[in-house]
Amino acid sequence: MPPLLSVENLSIGFGKGEAVVRDVSFALNPGETLALVGESGSGKTVTCRAVLRILPRVAQIRSGRISLHTGGKTLDLTGLSERRMRDVRGNQVSMIFQEPMRSLSPLHRIGNQVSEVLWLHRGASDSDAKRQVLDTFERVGFPDPERAFRSYPFELSGGMRQRAMIAMAMVAKPDLLIADEPTTALDVTTQAQVLGLIKDLQRETGMGLILVTHDLGVVANMAEQVVVMHRGAVMESGAAEAVLRAPAHPYTKQLFNAAPSIPAEASPAPPLDKEDLILELKHVSKTYTMRAGSAWRPDIQIHACRGIDLKLPRGKTLAIVGESGSGKTTAARIALGAEPPDPGGEVLFRPDPNRDAVTVHAMTRAQRTAFQREAQMVFQDPYSSLSPRMRVLDALTEPLEIHGIGTRAERRDRAAAMLQQVGLSGDMLQRYPHAFSGGQRQRLSIARAMMLDPSLIVCDEPTSALDVSVQEQILTLLEDIRDRMGLSYLFISHDLAVVARIADEVAVMRQGLVVEQAPPDTLFYNPKHPYTKALIAAQPTPDIDRPIDLKLVALGAGAPESWPDAFRFSQTVIPSLTELEPGHKVRCNV
Amino acid sequence: MLILRYAIYRFATMLLTLLVVSVLVFVIINLPPGDYLSNQIAELRASGQEAGVAKAEFLRKEYALDRALWEQYMIWVGFMPGPNGFSGLIQGNFGWSFEFDQPVSEIVGESLWLTVLVNLAAVLFVYIVALPLGVLAAAKSKTWIDYTSAFVGYLGLATPNFLLALILFYYGHKYFNLPIGGLMDPAYEGQPMGWDKARSILIHLIVPTFVIGTSGASAMMQRLRANMLDELGKPYVETAIAKGMSPSRMLAKYPLRVAFNPFVADIGNLLPAMVSGSVLVSVVLGLQTIGPTLLTALKTQDQFLSAFVLMFVALLTLMGTMISDVLLVLLDPRIRYEGRDA
Repeated sequence: MPPLLSVENLSIGFGKGEAVVRDVSFALNPGETLALVGESGSGKTVTCRAVLRILPRVAQIRSGRISLHTGGKTLDLTGLSERRMRDVRGNQVSMIFQEPMRSLSPLHRIGNQVSEVLWLHRGASDSDAKRQVLDTFERVGFPDPERAFRSYPFELSGGMRQRAMIAMAMVAKPDLLIADEPTTALDVTTQAQVLGLIKDLQRETGMGLILVTHDLGVVANMAEQVVVMHRGAVMESGAAEAVLRAPAHPYTKQLFNAAPSIPAEASPAPPLDKEDLILELKHVSKTYTMRAGSAWRPDIQIHACRGIDLKLPRGKTLAIVGESGSGKTTAARIALGAEPPDPGGEVLFRPDPNRDAVTVHAMTRAQRTAFQREAQMVFQDPYSSLSPRMRVLDALTEPLEIHGIGTRAERRDRAAAMLQQVGLSGDMLQRYPHAFSGGQRQRLSIARAMMLDPSLIVCDEPTSALDVSVQEQILTLLEDIRDRMGLSYLFISHDLAVVARIADEVAVMRQGLVVEQAPPDTLFYNPKHPYTKALIAAQPTPDIDRPIDLKLVALGAGAPESWPDAFRFSQTVIPSLTELEPGHKVRCNV
Repeated sequence: MLILRYAIYRFATMLLTLLVVSVLVFVIINLPPGDYLSNQIAELRASGQEAGVAKAEFLRKEYALDRALWEQYMIWVGFMPGPNGFSGLIQGNFGWSFEFDQPVSEIVGESLWLTVLVNLAAVLFVYIVALPLGVLAAAKSKTWIDYTSAFVGYLGLATPNFLLALILFYYGHKYFNLPIGGLMDPAYEGQPMGWDKARSILIHLIVPTFVIGTSGASAMMQRLRANMLDELGKPYVETAIAKGMSPSRMLAKYPLRVAFNPFVADIGNLLPAMVSGSVLVSVVLGLQTIGPTLLTALKTQDQFLSAFVLMFVALLTLMGTMISDVLLVLLDPRIRYEGRDA
């Protein structure tokens, strides 16, 4: 039997530049999954787009053949006319994109956008198309397909939008589905469910799947074949099991070592010593009021944080983990004094073990200035957190200028020294941020935060915009300067695996509440809370023997009302955070 | 239902805004020292024509110009009884023009409707020209189509309107036998509306519409092109192509719908810009629109006439923004659903 899709010696270039994809070949059998793995700039996205010929206008396929064998016929996708190509797109080969938020038109109803595929390729009537779309909606897990049909994209959550995208790709029952990082923008529990859904659909329809991803954990869970790409060329390819068990190419090995993972076996860790605290959050709550916009409807109260008590010992790292909307960033903002907590809450900061603590939200002007020198922040997106119009020198010395520290020459020397501290070279001071890669920019952000010689740094998802190998380097850097300079970190993340390596204690948050809190090893050894269990189970690990346990994910990732009795909470009744063993707290009824 | 409620709300705010505008207009007109009558009285005194002075003094009393400014305002709008009882804008009395010695309503009369007509024609022209050209320029960006349309567009923006008017008149008359000047054949002036008169007006409209609309159209086209280019880079466009849509259908259904918003929102800005921008053109072309009247009235401090014209322009603006706001709510579900429970 011929393969469903074969790509032979494909080369693609932009304009007159050097080729960005060089001599790539692979083949995919019907019903199989092939993973295209690589970091940003590896050419994996360009390669998969070349199959559908939806490349940017300046890109051309320079050589090679892409052929699709279906229904006993062979189509040469590289040579097909644009008009014939349209019949292939969405019909025989369909695609799911990375950002469900932006890949659907904001102005058209979901039903309309999905039905369109059937109108285009099947000439279906409105009622016919609607019937089929509703069937597909039910299949991809919309609780109320009729309602989803009428919805606009902005009325759905990210996971639901990605389900709508999957429905759109599946409704015409294609032979080949291309999924370009379909779960990268989703929370880890949602990712697990969406991956499970794609796998189920594939089993039912027998379609082939090309999965583009940077995550070896996803590969281990999904793929039969793997193609590892780096700088436009294939580094290694073969059966997933063989490659994952014994990677041969050094680049694959490097990817493996960089991939963060939850340890397979953990032993409980001793509780954290909480004598000398640098930061303490006491009963911190935050309620936002959303105006209903009408005198007849009551305003809506949103509880971003509810009764948070956290203690950060000096020189340690406390991580807050949770999905989007769990309140972790709000907690960090309150800790830094960027927002006041609701009355009754208090944040204490003690820069010096021998002096009294100051209350962050009741500081005098002088205390506030001193506090700003002591507490700094590293932001999530290194691309937007550095002004593109400021030279590195200006960006680094600005904090010193604001606080009136040193002469010009001294500031400059300090900036150069700091660049070396973060692994950059001192002669880069005159450059602008655009001359740096994402990882280098994040190093710049760290250098900027370090300029005032702080004792506390709040890291808000500092690695989530970075490639895995770069993430690994940044984490190493953060650990290194923490130990060298005696820093304390409040580390915000959605990723348990990242936290596993850097944190001394982890607080898992859900809907504004801390549901479980312990040192990471204790947490992995003996997770108690269903939500923590779901987070751990949903984490894809690059180990073929540890697949995602969808049952555990489904148990814990649902609404808190669906949890077992001991853990269940509602708007009014909330179990208290109980210390089950020393240093291990769980929100449950004992 | 939601739309209706919004439209009513929007209408109410429009009336409120109009009230504020009326205060501003009145105050600004009265800011320069003196008024038309006191200037005239001084002039008559200097030339020793005491008879005229008596008449002017009578007019001063008649139009309450001897009272305090706020009282003058209340009487003008019609909130307060003047020397002749309630007789202001809301009662339909637009006041007296001292310069032309006629009621304001008689002076503006027909030109009011011709102004609306000329400007509506120009707005229509702007949209009809800018829509296809803007979309085409974006879809074929960085090709000769894009460059040509941009060149012609900038030419249209840069050419002074009155110059364009003169050129068009010359060649329009030479090659197409288009009439020169005016908005209708002089024979129909002051005549009741009829089939022939309407036809004459339409033919006369061609050149003014073109002249007034060109710069607006090229600006709008460039804006639409820029908006479209922004939208064309968005992932949902890629989704549509990956579905197998043809380029023209995809363009019309997705990016154009999104790029359309600023296009619609511009209706409000277009109207006043055209009314005030077309003054010079109207003078050059001899159009019987309200523009030249406004110019004279402002120059001679003819307060009731200028105040009325300014109020009229304000009304056009406010109606334009109201229409565009209501249209936007109809077009964009994101605006429509705002404030509704998620």
